[in-house]
Amino acid sequence: MSSVLKVENLCVSIDEKLILKGVDLEVRQGEIHALMGPNGSGKSTLAYALMGHPKYELVDGRISIDGESLNELEPDARARKGIFLAFQYPVTVPGVKVADFLRHAVTNVRNPNRKEGEGLIPMREFRAELKSRMEELGIEPEFARRYLNDGFSGGEKKRMEILQLAMLRPKFAILDETDSGLDSDAVRFVSEAISRLAGPDMAIIIITHHERLLEFNRPQHTHVLLAGRVVERGDARLAHELHDQGYTGVRQRHPEAAAEEQAAADAGNRQPAAAR
Amino acid sequence: MATDLKTTDEEIGIGEYQYGFHDSTANYVFTARKGIDRDIVTQISEMKNEPAWMREFRLSSLEMFFRKPLPTWGGELRQLDFQDIHYYVKAAQGQERSWEDVPDEIRKTYDRLGIPEAERKYLAGVKAQYESEVVYGSLQEDLAKQGVIFTDTDSALRDHPELFRQYFGTVIPPADNKFAALNSAVWSGGSFIYVPKGVKIEFPLQAYFRINSENMGQFERTLIIVDEGASVHYVEGCTAPTYSSESLHSAVVEIIVKRGARCRYTTIQNWSSNVYNLVTKRAMAYGDSLMEWVDGNLGSRLTMKYPAIYLMEPGARGETLSIAFAGKGQHQDAGAKMVHCAPNTYSRIISKSISKTGGRASYRGLVKVANGATGCKSNVVCDALLLDSDSRSDTYPYMEIDEDNVVIEHEASVSKISDEQLFYLMSRGLTEAEASSMIVTGFIEPLVKELPMEYAVEMNRLIELQMEGSIG
Ligand SMILES: Nc1ncnc2c1ncn2[C@@H]1O[C@H](COP(=O)(O)OP(=O)(O)OP(=O)(O)O)[C@@H](O)[C@H]1O
Ligand SMILES: [Mg+2]
Repeated sequence: MSSVLKVENLCVSIDEKLILKGVDLEVRQGEIHALMGPNGSGKSTLAYALMGHPKYELVDGRISIDGESLNELEPDARARKGIFLAFQYPVTVPGVKVADFLRHAVTNVRNPNRKEGEGLIPMREFRAELKSRMEELGIEPEFARRYLNDGFSGGEKKRMEILQLAMLRPKFAILDETDSGLDSDAVRFVSEAISRLAGPDMAIIIITHHERLLEFNRPQHTHVLLAGRVVERGDARLAHELHDQGYTGVRQRHPEAAAEEQAAADAGNRQPAAAR
Repeated sequence: MATDLKTTDEEIGIGEYQYGFHDSTANYVFTARKGIDRDIVTQISEMKNEPAWMREFRLSSLEMFFRKPLPTWGGELRQLDFQDIHYYVKAAQGQERSWEDVPDEIRKTYDRLGIPEAERKYLAGVKAQYESEVVYGSLQEDLAKQGVIFTDTDSALRDHPELFRQYFGTVIPPADNKFAALNSAVWSGGSFIYVPKGVKIEFPLQAYFRINSENMGQFERTLIIVDEGASVHYVEGCTAPTYSSESLHSAVVEIIVKRGARCRYTTIQNWSSNVYNLVTKRAMAYGDSLMEWVDGNLGSRLTMKYPAIYLMEPGARGETLSIAFAGKGQHQDAGAKMVHCAPNTYSRIISKSISKTGGRASYRGLVKVANGATGCKSNVVCDALLLDSDSRSDTYPYMEIDEDNVVIEHEASVSKISDEQLFYLMSRGLTEAEASSMIVTGFIEPLVKELPMEYAVEMNRLIELQMEGSIG
């Protein structure tokens, strides 16, 4: 039976400021969803909140997989439940080798009941698997020995996120602008790689401002965020339309949310520079 | 009764310390009464059957010790009561060449510390010092045949009197500082190494220092002479049981690296949190030689240690890699000294410190370039990582540059463990403890990767142990 990730009335604030104002979302393993919305509408916030970032406070609502709440779970526990986030801005961890980090991560995610300090997955097996995933993604083998994202170009960082996705094989993958900062060949390459990884066991939530990723990974569902609310839903055609025409139409159809968006932007601008 | 595994973990907050067990002291051969005075010093010298000159050396050093004031910089020393310490404790009768002959309880301790195993696997020679005396010693036969001497310092005084007297006390005279004077008065044990011209020792020589009894002072004295074109890697490890009262470890290490020779001295100090570790280490590096200190300070209550290299002739190079880890109730005041006495000499200091749960790590370093020492280069990098807001890090870099034509670089950074790094790693399934541990391991990686494999593994393991249970 396929799992369902359910988000109900999710309200999230950062530093006391309410960003998400009651988001609902239902994603089933195997589905592809597009999450769209203008800059600052809350897409990354939703992604971080699903992953359990400590700074993103859940003021109301519920996140669950197959009815089991994730609200109280730390990010690592959520990862072990099958959630994965490809970061919009991957973090650099100097001195930590990609292979060492991934071996640890893969061990924990594949053996969710592993106790700290228990053995890691066998080195040979892991190396072989890592090597073939890297080949498939066109990542040079030396990257396994490099320090995590340290000195990587923007495009290399994004590929590294997809490598982690390929190794961890989550049930629910959120891709936050994985296609931004890539040249057009790389976008194509990454899009194809993702479509190969997708399948009945993985749901993909794609956050993007571009078309390419969605051409290769055609969404069954599109959700449009505006000022922290889902204001429209549709299928692949809606994503296509927004890409063509921008968000003017959405704002006209939802004047209240548009006003909130404007108010938030004004508030941001009015703040003295020192406070920002 | 063999070992007592009960420790006062809760009281002193070092639940992670693995070597806090101690053995019974019932069968000890001799324990000097507590305190220090002329009688004790004379008694030590007599028990060791030393020549008169050494007794005089000890007694005059004792006078210097009494005269010199406690340092007012560095760490807090006022709680250290010099009269509440046993200055000489002899646990076993003699030094053995086979582990089978070492008294059971002592041998078991070294088994638990993994020394005999390491010896079988990758060491060229071993000295095991237990309390004041060396209880076990070995050296590969082919090295002995090539004229290598690896013995305890007491035996060296007896068996190699000329060589001994030529170098002993020449690098660090008793008057150098209060603790050097104290060591000179009551020294016992330590390693004596002589590597003849051109002999390159491939595998490390290791000494292992263990304090067992309470209120114990360990004062080993190490002297290493690396003759022209020779090379050696010497490694020392140190542990002690966890007690609620203080012990004192105050060693003196003197090294002479002759023309074209190499010496690397690696310390992995992992004393329990009741040990004051006040050590003077200094090397003289002659023409085109290389001296390296690799200094890992993970334990003790207070460590004050600044391994020094005097670059005596052109082409000499000195390098110090220092790692300090200060946990709860610990102060690591560590660093390095580089003294450029000759032109075209080179030095590098890399220091990495980590402080957690209220620990304090200080880097204290000196780079000195004498007038006329033109063309010298020195590069100092010190990075500190704070794991929480209770912990503290300070940097005291001193420069005394009396020459214009030199290149001196200094960089320092202090960083906090970042929430974004933690979140990123945790989002991949690592627990908070695993993620912190990984960030710390990454932080020291540039240093650890310079170590031979076995020691790199050991260092990472110790850091992981220190990190365990650190997340509340
Ligand atoms: N750490 C923070 N502190 C304060 N406000 C924040 C923080 N992070 C995000 N916000 C605010 O939350 C709102 C939503 O931001 P979010 O990053 O989720 O937008 P987004 O939809 O991902 O935009 P983009 O398309 O530009 O990536 C924005 O107004 C942003 O300024
Ligand atoms: Mg975003």
